[in-house]
This record gives sequence, structure tokens and C-alpha cells, in this order.
Amino acid sequence: MTVKDLELKAHLLRRAGFGASLTHLESISERSYEDIVEDLLHPERFDLVDEDYLKRYTPELSYHDSHPLYAGKWIWKMINSERPLEEKMALFWHHVFATGYSKSEHPPTLIAQIETFRLNGLSNLKTVFLDLAKDPAMNYWLDNCENHADQPNENWGRELLELFSMGVGNYSEDDIKQASRAFTGWTFEQPLPLYPSGQYESSFVYDPDDHDDSEKVFLGRRGHFNGEDIIDIICEEKATALFISRHLYNFFVEDEPQIPAWNIEPPKNPDAIDAMISVLMENNGELKPLLRFMFNSDFFKEAMYKKVKNPSELIAGTLKLSGTYSVIPRSGETVGALYAAASVMGQALMNPPTVEGWHTGHEWIDGGTLNERVNFAVNQFNDLETPGFTEMLNKLGDSVQGSELVDRCLDLVGQFDIGAETREALGRYADAVGDIDLSNEQARSENAIKVARMIQLIVSTREYQFA
Amino acid sequence: MTTVNKKDPVFVVVQLSGGCDFMNTLVPYTNSIYYDNRTFLGIPQDQVLPLNDTLGWHPEMAPFKELYDKGMVSVVQGIGYPDSNRSHFRGMDIWHTCEPDEVSTVGWLGRTIQELDPQGENPLTGVSFGVGLPRAMSKAGVPVTSVSNLDEYGLMSGISARDQRDQALQIFKDMYGQAIGTGPVMEYLSRTGRDVLSGADMIKVAPQQYESTVEYADSPIAKSLRDVARVHTADLGTRIFYTQQGGYDTHANQLPTQPGLFRDLSRAVNDFFADLAEHDADDNVVMLIFTEFGRRIADNGSGTDHGSGGGAYIVGKPIAGGLYSEYPSLERERWAKGEDLEHTIDFRGIYGTILEQWLGLDASPIVNGSYEQINPFKSN
Repeated sequence: MTVKDLELKAHLLRRAGFGASLTHLESISERSYEDIVEDLLHPERFDLVDEDYLKRYTPELSYHDSHPLYAGKWIWKMINSERPLEEKMALFWHHVFATGYSKSEHPPTLIAQIETFRLNGLSNLKTVFLDLAKDPAMNYWLDNCENHADQPNENWGRELLELFSMGVGNYSEDDIKQASRAFTGWTFEQPLPLYPSGQYESSFVYDPDDHDDSEKVFLGRRGHFNGEDIIDIICEEKATALFISRHLYNFFVEDEPQIPAWNIEPPKNPDAIDAMISVLMENNGELKPLLRFMFNSDFFKEAMYKKVKNPSELIAGTLKLSGTYSVIPRSGETVGALYAAASVMGQALMNPPTVEGWHTGHEWIDGGTLNERVNFAVNQFNDLETPGFTEMLNKLGDSVQGSELVDRCLDLVGQFDIGAETREALGRYADAVGDIDLSNEQARSENAIKVARMIQLIVSTREYQFA
Repeated sequence: MTTVNKKDPVFVVVQLSGGCDFMNTLVPYTNSIYYDNRTFLGIPQDQVLPLNDTLGWHPEMAPFKELYDKGMVSVVQGIGYPDSNRSHFRGMDIWHTCEPDEVSTVGWLGRTIQELDPQGENPLTGVSFGVGLPRAMSKAGVPVTSVSNLDEYGLMSGISARDQRDQALQIFKDMYGQAIGTGPVMEYLSRTGRDVLSGADMIKVAPQQYESTVEYADSPIAKSLRDVARVHTADLGTRIFYTQQGGYDTHANQLPTQPGLFRDLSRAVNDFFADLAEHDADDNVVMLIFTEFGRRIADNGSGTDHGSGGGAYIVGKPIAGGLYSEYPSLERERWAKGEDLEHTIDFRGIYGTILEQWLGLDASPIVNGSYEQINPFKSN
């Protein structure tokens, strides 16, 4: 496997998944880049991650998860699932269809929504929109339960068009009103009150008596439209293909300007977006052909390190390197801590700041979050006994020359590209340390920490903040 | 109207998270409607600490009453805003952003810090203690410092050996050096990294210099306020401090939980001001204690559910003390939403009071409008 090849596969797995250790990359060295793309697109080729282990070792997980525990478990799956694209797409849809605890304070419906994203996130755009329109958490979040035949509420109708499918400038205020009328009567079964019985899931309910079945004119089409018809029409629109392609590009390929600016700021790579639109429309909204096209494209391969890692990516990627929080958790590894780590880095999963979701790219970074990101990554290598670090030491063999230390450790972290200034600074540390003897037990126990420090420095670099 | 300070005015926020029950903080102990609706949770007349003929403090607020009796507490009765949102998060968002109708991510103190330090020259102009930065403090491009543990604050704090941490920090500094020609994102990252380093460098002197005879209790809010005192007395130019005390969401078991919260809070605030006085550092400090909403008038047999109007407290040596605004009426026809205390003054007017009369800033662009103010400060 050439370095170029290794680097590309590492890039693919950082973007379509949550990174990979060098050992994992070597274990798939026989599979071509295109084969790995197919593996990612076919999660059914791999077993589900065994959650029983987590429950056994993490007694905090009861039957009814709270949203922080569920979100922590989600990050644990990002680390351990052999179907990483499934988790990545669930995160993608969560970014686009950001729904939060802050309004409903009702974990079971929020959890069910993420489960739906995981289940159908790679299917067809129409399926995804229809799932969403029937999702009780979304229904409550955007007040469609208050959208009645005799008294329409436009919140869901508006955001469906503005934030979820077409984007500002591609429909009129009247289209919003018509779409809202079409979704009247789309509500959910009222769950039991919290006190004293606890919280339970809800399910979609269609109430024909509360549906406005009169004629509507929506985006130039005329008919007695119901919600499904609105989604069908939305999916025929090029604006929708553009909006979703741009979201995918922003999430998987390269940081775009923040979403509210999209109606004034053109895409960074218009040719790539045009090509993505064509693939999506030719395939009638099927998402796999589009993802296949995107991951195999030159524009994707050339976009290495052009995205700031979101907190989940940083956390899961780092823990994959340290080998902790693996399928069988070690003692003291609580999933609640994973949720908390993402929260202090600015990404409280299942509780986004607004209906617009998170601002991404460089906006993940401020003084507080950078401090958290660096310290989190560094702290994963304080323990010299973690499986991941032990593996790194083994790969280094009996000794490392001081002059090789930087490059060998960059390889171990999978950080193949680094600025001259950073390399120079790391080199000063390597010079100070000199040659490292790892040839016997005693030498290893004395010198392992020198390697760990170099790994810690690498995960605190500016470059490590990029995916 | 403003006290003349020899030093720049400093503002400390204490957020009581969860919705603190105002009626059981300042009890209308002669009002039968109170006792009719608080059949389970009502504080008996003989237990309240009377403030006047009609209102008395919760028995665990004794250290706070001591400050009140010294004239250091202005109580803002019935604080809130129209059509109070009973969600904790949304409610807190509204208090943090002054935007009741749309969701915003720009905090009122973020805007305040930008006014106080327009160039972002001092990363310590705003300092928050606790986990994660509150939305009130956030505004894009405004550097603020968020400290979860003052004694171990800063980058590489997990590396315990002092010399090794210093070495790592030196390399970090080199790695985050000028990144000319590497693009705006890399340059922004570099600047942010250097800001974090310099903020941590400055703030680390605080625990080193600090000495005090005040012994704070062992509670999270006491720890946070002690941290505020340590940074304030180190004179690092911090103007806005933010701290939080959680646990006020007393739907159930209010009887055993609320006294502990009040004990921790009132003792911590009392100790904090004693500490500042010992350092002769209390002339320029004003504290606002607030919560996102008050609780329901009637108890539910175990606790109280989310309500509307509540109470806030402005504390400090420059404060005139006393009761402000009106205690919300307990008459049933005045109940908000048929079951809550109505608000009698808008919180944005209280922010405005502090911004204009204490910090000397124009309030309306910060709180998005003009609201009735009070005069809680001593006049000179």
C-alpha cells in the first residue's frame, strides 16, 4: 500500500466515518478505495455493534435512556460500529433536521427520530422527508400538532421549504401557506404525562377530520394535495436537489459558508454541485448513487483537510486512536462523559442551539472549545496502558531514531499532512528527546512516555482540528 | 445616579438554573391564599425570617437576610416577561439573548463584553466559571474565557508533571505561531490558540496571589464564587463574571431539596462579599442573581411545576437595598395563565438598569429595546 493510497483511504474513513487506526487501515490494505466505498454504502455486509456489552458494563443505561445517555451511546457507536456511514448519515440528517430537547423535553421521541435517521438515512430522499413529516419529535418541534384545518400553523410548512428541502428564494409565501394546509391533520398520539408514569414514545396520527382537503396550488401545481403530494412535488424540484447536494458537500467534502448565507453566496465548487444535482435527479432521489459518485470523485479526493472536524468527529476519531471506549468498555468509561465532552465543545447532540442546527466549519472553534478539544485529545494519551497506545508502541518496534520520531508518530495518528512550522516545532521536541529505546520491558516502561508526549503534541496541532 | 468608582465597575451574574420558587424564597407569610395553595409546601409563619409585616425569607436564607439587613440587597419582585415560556431551555435562552420571539445565539453579555473591550484585547474581560460557555456570554468574534477548574485551567492541564507541561505549552505556542498565507481558517485557529494561551497565562496568577481568612463552604456555588473572588482580587481586568447554581427544578421533593440549595447559595454569597471586603475589593462589584422563571402558585403535593413571574436580587456594597417593583398579586383573577404569578417588571429593564446605571453603557442595543428601569444603587 503506497502512502498516497493509505492517505486517501484514511481521508475517506475520516469523512464517511469517524477515522481509523493505522492497524485498521492495514487490515483493509487488500481492498481498493472503490471497494471500501462499496462497503460503506452497504452496511448490511457488517454485523451490528453489540450493544449488550455496553449495557452490561454501563449500568447507567436503563431501558428508558435520557437523551444525554442516548447521545453518549451514539458516540460510542460512532467509535465502534463497523457500519460507520450509517452513523455518519444519522449525524448528517441530525445536522440538517436539527431537533432539540430544549422544547419538548421528551427523550423517547427524540431517540426515535435518531433511530429513524440511522435506519433510512441512506435510502431515498422522498423516504427521508416522509419519515420526517411523520416524526412526532419534529411534529412537536415545529408545531404541526397545532396546524389545524380551521386554523393553520405555518411553522413546519415554512421550515420544510426553507431549512430542510429547497432553501430561501425558491418558493413564495403563498407556497408556504399551501404546504401548511396540506399538512393539516398530521399529528401524533399524545403520550402519557411525565408525572407520575414516566415518558413513553409517541407515534404518528393522521386525523382526516382535521385535514383541509380543499384545492391547493403549490409551486405551480394544482390539486387536492395532502402532505405526501407536497413531498412528491418538492422532490421533483431542482432547488431541492441543489440544496441537499450542497448540504452533503458541506458536511462530507469541504466547509461552505454558513447555511443562512447560501442564497447569496455561491457554492465553492459549482461544477461539483452541478454534477451532484444531476446524479441525484437521474436516480430519482436515491442517496446511495449520489454518495458513491461523491466519494469516488476527484473533488472529494482533493478536499483533504478542508473541513474543521465537528466535536463528534474529534471525539470518536481520537478514541479510535487510543482504543478506549471499544466494544467492551473498560471500567470508568461512561457514555455520559462522551455526551458531556461533545457538549462542552459546542455540540450538545439532540439539543442543537436553534432549529437551524449548528454553525459549522471554523465556527466550531472559539477559545473555550479549542481548549476543550486540545485537552480532550491530549488526555486520551496520559494513560500509557490503553489498547491503542500499546499498539502504537508495538508498531514502533525496538527503537526509534530521534530524527524519525515525528514522521513515525504522524503515521500512527494518521495525520499525514502537516505544515512546515508545526513540523519544525515537533522536531524540536524530537531533538530534545533523542533516540528512543523500546527494546525491552524496562526500556519501554521508561521511554513510552516520550512517545506518548509526541502523540499528545500531534493531537493538539492546528492540523489535527481538520478532517 | 451612579456610584463613582475609583476602579472600573465589575458585574457578577449568578444563574439559578431550573426555575427557583420565588414564593418560597420570599414568603408572603400573612397571606391566606399562599397557605391555601401551598398546603404541602407552605413555610409556617413561625419559621420565616420576617423582612417586613407581610414578607419573610425562607429560614435557610439567613446569611442572605444578613446582607439585606445591611442594605446590600435590592430585591426585584415579580421579574419576568410577557407570556413566559415554561421550557427551561427556551426560557433560559430568552433571558440570555433578550429575544422572546425568535431563537438567537447572540448573548446579551457577549454584546456587553464587546462594548467594554471592542478590540478583544483582553481575553479575560469576560470569564465564566462552570462547564461550557453560557449563551449569554457568546457572540462570534468576542473572546471570553470559560473556566471549569481555576486551579487546573489551561491547555495541557492533564499533563501533571510541571516541567513537561511547560515544555508542551512552549511547543504549542510555536505550533500556533503566525500562519501567514495558510488561509483564513488556519489563521483564525492560530490566533485563537494564542488567545487561550495568554488568557491562561494571565489567569494562573490568581490562585497564586490569593489569600483570605474567609472559609467558604464546600458547595459548587461557593467554589465558583471563591474563584470569582480570586480572579477579581488579582486585578486582571475582568469586568463580567458568570456563575451558575443548578438544582432548582423542584417538581418533586421540594421540601428536602430546596433548603440545601438556599443554604449553599446564601452562605456562598455572604462569604463572597465578606471576602471582597477583606480585600477592600467590594466597592466596584455588583451581583445579579436570577432564574429563568418562578414556579406555579399551587404546589403539586410534592413540589411545584414550572411557572412565570419570579424574583431577582441585585447585591453589593454600591446597592441601596430594599424592595423593588411589586410582589405579584395572589388574587386569583390576577394569576398569569390561570395558575402562575404574573410578572410585574420586565427582566430587560433590570438588565438595562445595570448596563446604564452601573456599567455606563447604552442599554437598548444590548437588550433590544427600552424597558422600565429601577434605581437600586446608592446615590452619591
